[in-house]
Amino acid sequence: MMMLELKNIRKVFNQGKSYELVAVDEVTVSLEAKKITVLKGPSGSGKTTLLSLAGCMARPTSGRIFLGDRELSSLPERFLTEIRRTHFGFIFQQFNLVKGISTLENVMLPAYPLGGPHSALKKHAHELLELFGIGGRASSKAEWLSGGEAQRTATARALINDPPVIIADEPTAHLDTKLSREFMDIVGRLKEQQKTVIIASHDPLVYEAAVIDRVITMRDGKIEGLDV
Amino acid sequence: MILHPAIIALLVSSCMMSCLTLYADYYGILIIRRWDIGSGSGNQLELERRTYLISTILAYVFGFQLFSLFLFVYTADSLCPLFTGAMCAVGTLQVNSYGFPVLLLKLANFILAGFWLIINYADNRGYDYPLIRIKYAYLAFLTPLIIAEAVLQTLYFLGLHPDIITSCCGSLFSDSGSGITSSLSSFPPSLMKIILFVAMATALGASVLFYRTGKGAYFHGFVSAVLLPVALVSVISFIGPYIYELPMHHCPFCVLRKEYGYIGYPLYLTLLSGAVSGMGVGILTPFKKRASLVDVIPVLQKKLAFFSFVCYALFALIVLYRILTSNLVL
Amino acid sequence: MHSWIEKQRNIIDFTLSSLSRRKGKNIALLLVYTLLVFLLASVMFFTHALKREAALTLRDAPEIVVQRISEGRYEPIPRKYIAVLNKIKGVTSVRGRLWGYYYDSVVGANYTIMVPENFPYKSGDITIGSGVSRVRLAVKDDMIPLRAYDGISIIFHVRDVFSSESELVASDLLLVSEPDYRRLFGTSKDLFTDITLKVRNAKEIPTIAEKIVLLLPDARPITKREILRTYESIFDWRSGIIVAILTGAVLAFIIVSWDKASGLSADEKKEIGILKAVGWETSDILLMKFWEGAVISLSSFLAGVLLAYVHVFFTSAILFEPVLKGWSVLYPEFRLVPFIDPYQVSTLFFLTVVPYTVATIIPSWHAATIDPDSVMRS
Repeated sequence: MMMLELKNIRKVFNQGKSYELVAVDEVTVSLEAKKITVLKGPSGSGKTTLLSLAGCMARPTSGRIFLGDRELSSLPERFLTEIRRTHFGFIFQQFNLVKGISTLENVMLPAYPLGGPHSALKKHAHELLELFGIGGRASSKAEWLSGGEAQRTATARALINDPPVIIADEPTAHLDTKLSREFMDIVGRLKEQQKTVIIASHDPLVYEAAVIDRVITMRDGKIEGLDV
Repeated sequence: MILHPAIIALLVSSCMMSCLTLYADYYGILIIRRWDIGSGSGNQLELERRTYLISTILAYVFGFQLFSLFLFVYTADSLCPLFTGAMCAVGTLQVNSYGFPVLLLKLANFILAGFWLIINYADNRGYDYPLIRIKYAYLAFLTPLIIAEAVLQTLYFLGLHPDIITSCCGSLFSDSGSGITSSLSSFPPSLMKIILFVAMATALGASVLFYRTGKGAYFHGFVSAVLLPVALVSVISFIGPYIYELPMHHCPFCVLRKEYGYIGYPLYLTLLSGAVSGMGVGILTPFKKRASLVDVIPVLQKKLAFFSFVCYALFALIVLYRILTSNLVL
Repeated sequence: MHSWIEKQRNIIDFTLSSLSRRKGKNIALLLVYTLLVFLLASVMFFTHALKREAALTLRDAPEIVVQRISEGRYEPIPRKYIAVLNKIKGVTSVRGRLWGYYYDSVVGANYTIMVPENFPYKSGDITIGSGVSRVRLAVKDDMIPLRAYDGISIIFHVRDVFSSESELVASDLLLVSEPDYRRLFGTSKDLFTDITLKVRNAKEIPTIAEKIVLLLPDARPITKREILRTYESIFDWRSGIIVAILTGAVLAFIIVSWDKASGLSADEKKEIGILKAVGWETSDILLMKFWEGAVISLSSFLAGVLLAYVHVFFTSAILFEPVLKGWSVLYPEFRLVPFIDPYQVSTLFFLTVVPYTVATIIPSWHAATIDPDSVMRS
């Protein structure tokens, strides 16, 4: 399995302007496969940016990112998206489900551009929803789901293309304790399936959980500490 | 000028397309100067975003060129009653000296835009945009041609006055008389048939050869390039007469008419598609060795060769069918 | 190949659901688009159908009509010219024609009175067009008076009213016998209005026309082809003018389309951001936008063309009536023969779909290049 390496990564927004922001400042870190890593730190520490860089959602202003021995940082968007689609599944802080369409369709969305047979995709999506216990909500519109159901839909969506890496940004921000613990159970199950999970969170329920293999602390765009 | 709706449509849309192409070219030149794939700076990302716009514009221009080529001929054909001596499109096109140049430019621009799209497709499949500068330099070359076409077309339509006396295809494409069109029309049909047969067989053979072995890409491109004019001359020389069932009627435009079942459209469409894709195989060959395209180009070339084969085969079938079912024997 | 089709299918699926979720915005655009297509199509269908009617009517017309010109104006032509014309090689029949305009002060209308080649009735009888019948409230077997050139009223017996099929050309027509015509207009026995010639070989028409001018210096030959040409250019010109005027409408349409396409709501932007975040490429979004445009264009185009077809061929262009009717009291009630060809449809396509597509290219691209990153930090 491939390791994700970030070398001297710098991400600057609005470069050259007076309101320039250095979100990630000279970060070098290796993220191990099949392990669960948490990026811990207050808001503004750059963990969300680092997540999006690691997950091929954005290109670094400078520095290099390697997936195994393949260099990702200078890839054009087309290829970055291709890699992202096949290697990474995202769970966003706000879940970001598309309103107005059903839960099932939301789960199938990431696979649409791939052009695989529609019926097989539908079946796979149903299976995922069943796996997370929300099979009965398949045809409900996304906006009618409860917080926990939306969370699980987002997780199912992240898994539709069967990616080896799952990235979650503040997954427990909108969940109560019970649902947060349930989410960590799901993370444990993912680990059993040999998936790599990278989570950004400032919730102790997350970074103090037993399933976590490694915690990376961030502050002001730099890495402060690496605990195992 | 004649205020015909189709003329207004052609002028307005040509004008729009020229503006779009100019706009695309502006960014193309910007890209040539400032492109730096290794950089992750905001400017570079903006340039990468622009490439999508340019590709989209060029795709539409290509489609438009094809439509406007046929609409232009159709318009010329339907305007012929207004000119003394004109019986079909040929007469209308000869009213002033811009007519045929516009037609040829439209054809050329269609083919050239097709090439650009093929190169663009290949470039996008390479992980480091290997052909980016070449492709936008090519665009800079293509843009003035597209603008020239719009300008010439305007001049042509402005110069159409209904009281001008012109001649019909009968005199332009007649066996007697001087001029290149007459020589083409009076070329012995049996000889032309043989030439077309040889050229077509070679082209189809080259496609099969390339598809199976990957060899002979340049040859494939060359043969396709030759087949296009040969086929066009054949239409004038003998295919037309077979379709019209009149040995003296050599006009290449009347095949587009309703009374012949609009057969001109599938005929020319298959021919042009086959030509662009066939020549495309050859065009891509110089870039085969680029690191990021080593896997991409052979696959693309195969697809093009296959498509070209299908198109040319269809063309041959249509021609054969019409010759066999025609009441004329040449 | 199969996966390409599946991909298009998926994207079209999503596009349709996306469009239906934004009905309000899209309905307004659809209406405007349809209206534009409807207007342009109506104009084009109408003029083209009229052109065709004229051409069909002229099909049986004589190849050459000879008029006499005196002092630069048209004058009745002497009977003795017929013998001269008969001698020209290639001319098969020569016939003097009598026809003129009659102003009916009672109703304020202009009629055309003509002596046909074979008038089946006798002197004192008349056959009238349906327009005349309507305006003078005269039907078969009625008597209608007409005022002759010297002020004396002559009573005519209506023997027949022309069927409605010929409305377009015969609505204002009255047919009388030759003696009655000459009595009505005071035309002397050795004059005709003009002379018609039928020619055996159409290719010889220009030669014969030349000969006529040589033999009869004050005669002007008018060929059928010239008439057709004049009709064509008038119709083309008229429809062209209207289309040119409507270019203003097209321009407004372009601006509206651009505006609608650019004005992405926050919701729409979010949706595209999400799509990109979960793995849709810019080219996939562009594809979606393309299908969006295609669906809107196709529905508007079809609706507009259909409505125009019904308008022109079933209601006889009822919306144009006020504009056209102003010309005459005798507005024919006609039914145009439905006629539509791919050429008209292509021209319409170029006048409507192409501007729409051009207007939406750049806004679509802007939408497609939304940064997925922005979704992460919202």
